[in-house]
Amino acid sequence: MITGALIVVLSFGYVGLLFALAYYGDKRADAGRSIIANPYIYTLSLAVYCTSWTFYGSVGRAATSGIGFLPIYLGPTLMAALWWYVLLKLIRISKAHRITSIADFIASRYGKSHLLGGLVTIIAVLGIVPYIALQLKAISASFSIILQYPTEALVIDSFSDLPFLHDNTFYIAMLLAAFTILFGTRHLDATERHEGLVAAIAFESVVKLVAFIAVGCFVTYGMYDGFSDVFRKAAALPEFNALLNQGGAAGNYTNWLSLTVLSMLAIILLPRQFQVAVVENVDERHLNKAIWLFPLYLLAINIFVLPIALGGLMHFPAGTVDADTFVLTLPMTERVTWLALLAFIGGLSAATGMVIVETIALSTMVCNDLVMPILLRWKYLRLTERRDLSGLLLGIRRGAIIVVLALGYGFFYLAGEAYALVSIGLISFSAVAQFAPAMLGGLFWKGGTRLGALWGLTAGFLVWLYTLLLPSFAKSGWLPITFLTEGIFGIDLLKPQQLFGLQDLDDISHCLFWSMIANIGLYVTISLWRRPTATEHGQANLFVDVLRYVAAGSGSRFWRGSATVIDLQTLLGRFIGPERAHEAFAAYARSQGIQQIEKLTANAVLVHYVESQIAGAIGSASARDMVASVVDEEPLALDEVMAIIDEASQALAYSRQLEEKSRELQSATDELRKANQRLQELDRLKDDFISTVTHELRTPLTSIRAFSEILSDNPQLDQAQRGKFLGIITRESERLTRLINQVLDLAKLESGAADWNPSEMDMREVIEEAATALSQIYKERNIRLELQLPEITPPVTADRDRVMQVVLNLLSNAANFCEKPDSRVCITLEHRSEALQIEVSDNGIGISPADQAIIFEKFRQVSDMPAGKPKGSGLGLAISREIIEHFGGRLWVDSTPELGSRFCFTLPLQRIGGAALAA
Amino acid sequence: MQKSVLIVEDEESIALSLEFLLRKEGCAVACARDGTTALQMIAQQPPDMVLLDVMLPLMDGFELCRRIRVDPALKKTRILMLTARGRENEIARGMSLGADAYLTKPFSTRELMGTVRSLLGAGMPATP
Repeated sequence: MITGALIVVLSFGYVGLLFALAYYGDKRADAGRSIIANPYIYTLSLAVYCTSWTFYGSVGRAATSGIGFLPIYLGPTLMAALWWYVLLKLIRISKAHRITSIADFIASRYGKSHLLGGLVTIIAVLGIVPYIALQLKAISASFSIILQYPTEALVIDSFSDLPFLHDNTFYIAMLLAAFTILFGTRHLDATERHEGLVAAIAFESVVKLVAFIAVGCFVTYGMYDGFSDVFRKAAALPEFNALLNQGGAAGNYTNWLSLTVLSMLAIILLPRQFQVAVVENVDERHLNKAIWLFPLYLLAINIFVLPIALGGLMHFPAGTVDADTFVLTLPMTERVTWLALLAFIGGLSAATGMVIVETIALSTMVCNDLVMPILLRWKYLRLTERRDLSGLLLGIRRGAIIVVLALGYGFFYLAGEAYALVSIGLISFSAVAQFAPAMLGGLFWKGGTRLGALWGLTAGFLVWLYTLLLPSFAKSGWLPITFLTEGIFGIDLLKPQQLFGLQDLDDISHCLFWSMIANIGLYVTISLWRRPTATEHGQANLFVDVLRYVAAGSGSRFWRGSATVIDLQTLLGRFIGPERAHEAFAAYARSQGIQQIEKLTANAVLVHYVESQIAGAIGSASARDMVASVVDEEPLALDEVMAIIDEASQALAYSRQLEEKSRELQSATDELRKANQRLQELDRLKDDFISTVTHELRTPLTSIRAFSEILSDNPQLDQAQRGKFLGIITRESERLTRLINQVLDLAKLESGAADWNPSEMDMREVIEEAATALSQIYKERNIRLELQLPEITPPVTADRDRVMQVVLNLLSNAANFCEKPDSRVCITLEHRSEALQIEVSDNGIGISPADQAIIFEKFRQVSDMPAGKPKGSGLGLAISREIIEHFGGRLWVDSTPELGSRFCFTLPLQRIGGAALAA
Repeated sequence: MQKSVLIVEDEESIALSLEFLLRKEGCAVACARDGTTALQMIAQQPPDMVLLDVMLPLMDGFELCRRIRVDPALKKTRILMLTARGRENEIARGMSLGADAYLTKPFSTRELMGTVRSLLGAGMPATP
């Protein structure tokens, strides 16, 4: 036997346990050892989505429409997949701007608008209060049912006849108010996080899941023989056919689609969901696990819905027991007392969790976005002059909690069994869905404006009111039913649930269709109609691009003005108390690496910090007004803001460009370094060259001077000696002239300033002429000169005199290397495929490999000729190579020491490029 | 007493002019065209003075100068360096290696002979 006293003790004991748990959670949080800072608690707290509507209602819905209960859980599951995109953004933005409610979020997004914040709050309160009432009704109903244990007859409620002081639900509501006040408003905090409360909510999620699964297992495996048994038995009964076969009517699919969309939106837009998912979020990384854990929770709590529904329908004669109560009545009918009590506690936990979180979310909105803006503007109260507003703020919060719960209880007390309460869950979903355009639009579209959001919200809200809430009132008998059947003022087109003749849609789809057309239509049209103001544009950028901005201090970019540190601290102290303000400033100073608060400068970052701290307490719009009251703010013109925004959005592209530039710079630096090394090398070569040239010039000069002075100082010298010395002077003078000419020649060749006179020439003829010119020298030295020339060679285009210079140089070099008695020099001309090849070979002393490598360099001569210094200037081969390469040919040497050398060069028959011809 | 002078010079015409000038002065003159030959000749018959070109095949004048100076038997041998490279640091290098005098090509024959005379006179062993 379950007595009323037992139920009361159990209920209050359970809530007492919540108190203890929340108290423990807060203590741990104060000690810095959070018990909620993990993804599992976060996921469980998200499961506050599952209310008594889930716990009892899913079974009820399944009993009337089969798997029609599913869209409400499919939506959130689908949405969870988008969390990384949507919820992460919400969390980032809210953390950066100390946003503590949906109203605050929307107000802040559209330029910190009081009007928007207020409107959102009103919609939320109107939409959610009946939902809270629904939970209270569930508690009350479950009370009544379990009190009749073990009789499980259809409950006829009589509580509306009772004065509320005799109603247990009233005391539960009071207890919940106390709990919410105690753990929801312990202190004012910028982050507005409540660790103890979240711990309690997570615990409740465990309790309701365990209770539901326990009942499910009992029904499936206790009363029946597993899933297949339940379904097989149900399938055998003809009246269940419609239930088990999802009908194919078009309206059915529309309904599924609407419910899925609605619940997708609800999972982020319901005030309680925003509270646990965004405001209470400890670490955005918790999303990683929550993304799959939360759908898993939903799956777990839905697995047994159909078995329980079918079990209940088969067990109880039709119409005797409300399907909504199967979770409770099935254990009762089997006399399993403990399970009945557990189911009761599970339902209680589902209801209380929702009520607590929803109340705290609504009270924050009411305080920050409704009451405070009005109080602060009410000059008569002189609130802005009061030293410490933190007490008042807490008072307002607590008052708001009581008012919200009182409204919920009042609605429940008055509405009772009326139709309004039954369908209120979806009506609430439809209400919060109105936030979607302004919220999601504001998250992803920079063009949305305050006016657009305001009109869209208002229109959507009015359509919701007209097509969903008022009809539900009419069905409850609070409005004349003609409102529904004939439309307002009897105009047919204005029938609330067949607006403009739209029929064949269920209530919810109908409302969703029209309200979204009005809401989105006005939001987009009006936003496009007017350009966003500077503030709107600034906020739009901060919100939409939040994942790209570094959160801290980002808002400060749009601020310019002056204030004193002491003013700011005093201001903050008025809202969160002087001590906490002092702590906040000290923390800020530490974060800036400054030892004392006095040394802080009141710059934009500090002002932004103070504003965001105050925003946590009174909402962003009011916070802005408050800060503005102590700061001489210079408003930014639109073009300035645009400039800042452009600058910011260009920063990313610019940094990419910068990386690119930096890479280019690096390679340019490398090239420059190489060029510099090359220059230094060239500079050294130039010094060497000058030094060498100087040396080469001094040598003949020395002889000339010495013999001139000898001749001058010795007039008595005989004729032969005079002649010899004068001969030396002449020869050395010639050598000097030749050297100077060659140096100049080489300089010209190397600098590209040489004059070229290319023409078609006969190579054979050039060689013959050169041989003739040197024949005298060869004869004197007794060296045989052989010519091996073909009869005909193709003409080649080159500078005849220059090529002649090369041939002469090679032939005289060869002669210089020949000192043996049987010396022989051979010059050959060959027609190779694309070039003429000329070879000058001798059987002289040869050139060592080391010398072969350097003889083409300037002034580098074969160093170890035993016969003494070679006679040339050391420039001949360098010049020759320049000439041959100018015409696209090659000049090289093969040599075997002691056996002789072979110098070869080629002249291409077709000039490559041809540009050099003109040079 | 006739002084002996070794001319180390690879440039034939310059060697010829030096030979003429020194013979006229009454010296016994020998010529070498490269460093190694000169070193052999010095070892066989140490001269009173070496007229030394810097740019020489096989062994350059600086090296030859250094070798002469490390040989105790040759400490009385005067060294006059001649170079076509007139840079200060080369003069300093020659002097640090123990050359007695240093002239830059092209030189004045009078200056050259003045230097030769003073070096040979200072280096003359005292007559008992």
